Amino acid sequence: MKKKLFQSTMVFSLALLLSGCELALFDSSGVTGKEIGDTILLTMGLMLIVVIPTIIMSIWIPYKYHESKKDEVYDPEWEHSSKIEFFAWGVPVVIIAVLAVITYITSYSLDPRKEIASDKEPLTIQVVAMDWKWLFLYPEEKIATVNEVAFPVDRPVEFLVTSQSTMNSLFIPKLGGQIYAMAGMENRMNLMATEVGEYRGISANYSGFGFAGMRFKAKVTSEEDYGKWIEGVRTSEQVLTDAEYDRLTEKTRDHKVEHFSSIDPLQFKNIIESFIGAQNGSN
Amino acid sequence: MVQTDLIKDPHVLTGKLHWGVIPFHDPVVMPVMIAAILGGLFVVGFVTYKKLWGYLWDEWFTSVDHKKIGIMYCIVALIMLLRGFSDAILMRTHQALSTADEFGAGYLPPEHYDQIFTAHGVIMIFFVATPLMVGIMNVVMPLQIGARDVAFPFLNSLSFYLFLVGALLVNISLFVGEFAAVGWLAYTPLSGIDYSPGVGVDYWIWALQISGLGTTLTAVNFVATILKMRAPGMTLMKMPVFTWTTFCANGIALVIFPILTIAIAQLTLDRYFDFNFFTNDDGGNQMMWVNLIWAWGHPEVYFLVLPAFGMISEVTATFSRKRLFGYTSLVWATIVIMILSFLVWLHHFFTMGSGASVNAFFGIMTMIIGIPTGVKLYNWIFTMYKGRVELTASMWWVIAMLITFTIGGMTGVMLSIPANDFVLHNSMFVPAHFHNVIIGGAVYGYFAGFTYWFPKATGAKLNETLGKWSVALWFFGYFFAWLPLYYTGFDGMTRRLQYIDNPEWQMSMYIALIGVAMIAAGIGTQVVNIAWSLYKRNEPGYKDVTGDPWDGHTLEWFTASPPQFYNFGEEIQVSDRDPLLDMKQKGTAYKRPSKYGRIHMPKNTWAGPVLGMLTLPFGFGFVWHIWWMVFASLAAIIACWIKYNFERDKDYYVEVPEVERIEGEFLKSNEGREFYFEKHAKHYKKWNPSKENDSSVVAK
Amino acid sequence: MTALTNDHDTHDHDDHHHHEAEAADRYMFGFWLYVISDCLLFCTLFATYAVMSQNFAGGITPHELFDLNFVAVETALLLLSSFTFGMAMLGANEENMGRMKLWLKITALLGLGFLAMEIYEFVHFSHEGATPQTSGYWTAFYSLVATHGLHVTVGLVWMAILFVHFNRDGFSHENKIRLACLSLFWHFLDIIWICVFSFVYLRGAM
Repeated sequence: MKKKLFQSTMVFSLALLLSGCELALFDSSGVTGKEIGDTILLTMGLMLIVVIPTIIMSIWIPYKYHESKKDEVYDPEWEHSSKIEFFAWGVPVVIIAVLAVITYITSYSLDPRKEIASDKEPLTIQVVAMDWKWLFLYPEEKIATVNEVAFPVDRPVEFLVTSQSTMNSLFIPKLGGQIYAMAGMENRMNLMATEVGEYRGISANYSGFGFAGMRFKAKVTSEEDYGKWIEGVRTSEQVLTDAEYDRLTEKTRDHKVEHFSSIDPLQFKNIIESFIGAQNGSN
Repeated sequence: MVQTDLIKDPHVLTGKLHWGVIPFHDPVVMPVMIAAILGGLFVVGFVTYKKLWGYLWDEWFTSVDHKKIGIMYCIVALIMLLRGFSDAILMRTHQALSTADEFGAGYLPPEHYDQIFTAHGVIMIFFVATPLMVGIMNVVMPLQIGARDVAFPFLNSLSFYLFLVGALLVNISLFVGEFAAVGWLAYTPLSGIDYSPGVGVDYWIWALQISGLGTTLTAVNFVATILKMRAPGMTLMKMPVFTWTTFCANGIALVIFPILTIAIAQLTLDRYFDFNFFTNDDGGNQMMWVNLIWAWGHPEVYFLVLPAFGMISEVTATFSRKRLFGYTSLVWATIVIMILSFLVWLHHFFTMGSGASVNAFFGIMTMIIGIPTGVKLYNWIFTMYKGRVELTASMWWVIAMLITFTIGGMTGVMLSIPANDFVLHNSMFVPAHFHNVIIGGAVYGYFAGFTYWFPKATGAKLNETLGKWSVALWFFGYFFAWLPLYYTGFDGMTRRLQYIDNPEWQMSMYIALIGVAMIAAGIGTQVVNIAWSLYKRNEPGYKDVTGDPWDGHTLEWFTASPPQFYNFGEEIQVSDRDPLLDMKQKGTAYKRPSKYGRIHMPKNTWAGPVLGMLTLPFGFGFVWHIWWMVFASLAAIIACWIKYNFERDKDYYVEVPEVERIEGEFLKSNEGREFYFEKHAKHYKKWNPSKENDSSVVAK
Repeated sequence: MTALTNDHDTHDHDDHHHHEAEAADRYMFGFWLYVISDCLLFCTLFATYAVMSQNFAGGITPHELFDLNFVAVETALLLLSSFTFGMAMLGANEENMGRMKLWLKITALLGLGFLAMEIYEFVHFSHEGATPQTSGYWTAFYSLVATHGLHVTVGLVWMAILFVHFNRDGFSHENKIRLACLSLFWHFLDIIWICVFSFVYLRGAM
């Protein structure tokens, strides 16, 4: 009974793993995402080295020493063995030591704040989480978009993230990494896509009733298409005035994509500084 | 119109209350409400008809007996389990039906769905897991250390009613007004007054604040009990492992619940009086809330899981017919976990931007907890090694726990690596992981303990077949329900989605639905099992005649089932880690002592229920801004407290003849028993039948 | 902490004294545990105060408001009250009701004086534009200092109740435990105040 149960579990999880190659996190189109996907599989593999024997033992030992097995050794006063204790502490210590080294290295190498090495200039995109939509500001191009962001492939992108209201988390699963968006604060995340495509962008941190619809399209394009996209946004008749911004701060769900052909270059700074006191003293 | 006016300017008599807050038109809530009212009326009618109010008041409500309080905790926990699990069913069915491109999918609007996942989390942690654990601790721990009761019996009663008021407030929120829709930990600024102007968060605040106060008092009580009331001879390193884990868990609670109290009080000040602790503006700091709530919240999960580890240890040793393997190791592992649990809270928000060094530190601290936890698993496995494992329903829970929890530990270590966390955080992987450890670790442990100690509390054993069915249904149900969600987590599906925009995940949602149905069947089996076994309680096969149905090793089996109200007729001298086994081996178990003494007992008191229940109008008044109710109940609380303070006559003595009569009956039921170790005497090297009265042979 | 044994049975003296000693031990230990949890409560408040210590949000700063001389008097009152409570305990140890009550009354007066000064200070600060709503800093300041003040208030109410207890039962076993617990509580509040004085007032005035 128990054995069957174990087999079916293993088959099921293996099937899951095999189909894993199509999953967003293991089929990443971003440089950090790829490395994170590998780290996940590596750590899972390392853990399985201890997990599988433990599971086998927790089924096999009660089976072997079941009360019906009258011929088996029975040693009721046996309660200590330095050898076993040594392994009981030693094996986890070794595995965790290895994992700790991996943790230490990847915490630095895959830190989203770290700039991604590339011969191209990083593109800066400022992101504002709003109820319940994402506003993207391109300070160099002086354009803005809602629920749509585009950037060229193979060029590092630096997202500067803040929030107009509650705490959100900017996340493009196919590219790797997420970072919290909080009002009055600027957070930073670096990504670089390696494949052209349109990816799902989301808020990962629950932020209220419109949360499920707080999605955006992340368009990774060639340099050429990126230029065209910029031109396209520039043709929009909408301009991100104060009145328009106030309109955006209202709560909306499933907000449609919007383009703004012109913005105040200090818009992002102003949004952050509209919340006083978080960083500054009495000045 | 009425509503908005009342929010700004509450009515003097009714505060923010008005008829509109009762969800008359809600097709989900209204039938539940009608059923609850009818059910309540039926129970009240039945109790009145049977003239049971006096009995209930005298024997149960006012009782300061730790065993009865423990049973009441368990009853409320099981009722709340049904409530919390209904939420789970609603969530799973809704998500299975809500694949769509925009809002409007499924049958629950976000205003409702978001309350459900919040309520589910709050209920399962605070009003199911905690009380089930505290209930079992209450019944078992004082018995295990050979005490007559806990250190402060009245406080114990008060703690129960404070917890009950918390549970009641959560349930009232279903019918009057709304519950919080902010996630179970109510992250600011979403839970602040600007973004959640309704009463939902206020219900959350007062339910947790009041029941949290109860937990703090319980912690004080249990730590004092364990340190001050152990039977003579029971040194710390001779305490049963369950008592050790109870001690460490309550040590954790003593340290962390003040943090929760303060954090919630600060949120209260923010919401009611415009303070600026966690606001976006005016110098508030929302990250401080996240830190405080997790500085409480992470040790909290160890508070929940440590006693489950203790229960697993007791069950495994008893049914392997062996002494526990590596006792010292297990105790030190427990202590190490207790200490480390305070040093890991930041792993819940690696993505907040603390920087690589901080993240690496907390990531490594987190995975270090895996070491003592792994040690525990090995110790249980090696307890079965060279044993005679009896696969009772409790043992099935243990094995289910060993397998499920190991997998949960693996996913936990995966999450503890900050790099991984940047893509797994807030994804479905996270709920899958913590359900894996909380169900697989804590809940299965509680059920193992529940099945094991059920006869001790009630005098009747549970049905083994039904018990094993519930294990199987839970075990497979868990994997059906959560493996698909691990899977969607790997595909970038976030938690708390009211609708799902990716059709590829629909199949996973269907599979998860099958799992939830299986767990529901498992819970149903448990409910039937409890009812059936209690109904059959006097029949052979169910009735626990001797008070020691499993041939146990520890002192809780050295008394009748249910135990005499004074627990033990004599003061027990302990000289071994497994005191009852030791007594059985020496031949001193269940023998009449040379002389019985008078027994000093606390009297029941009205103060626990009255004082405790008065916090209900206090909290309710605060939720709805009915200030007269707040002040009136506060005044009543103070008045009652003072009245109780000046009461005399709080205890009494049980005289020797009565003790002799009760003990005589108990000992008679144990006459002529043959113990397991006697049948297998040749295996017990340290025990020598020819010198059974020579204690030096068995002394360690 | 009130469910004390109240046993008027005189038959079994050994039993009786055993229970009394055991109960005193248990209650004092339980109260110590409570004090530990209360201490953590204040630790949390101090931690939040430290986090918010610069969040003035453009509002008034403590530097402009704190008057160290005033706080020094406040501190002196409370420290003195700890000393007078000690004197009351000496009186209680000798079972000298008159002495104990006198010193307790002095303690209560000092405590009331402290509270009055604190309330005056709060009112004064509010008039100067530093209310809890002004900024994160003042939010943290008021909640920390007022939580201490609230504890002092509870201590004073407790003292009043204890007076009634002593009038009724004299130096009974339970009353001695009650007094010992209150004494512990009062000294604990004193220590907390020293921390408030150093971390809040001294640092804020600098």
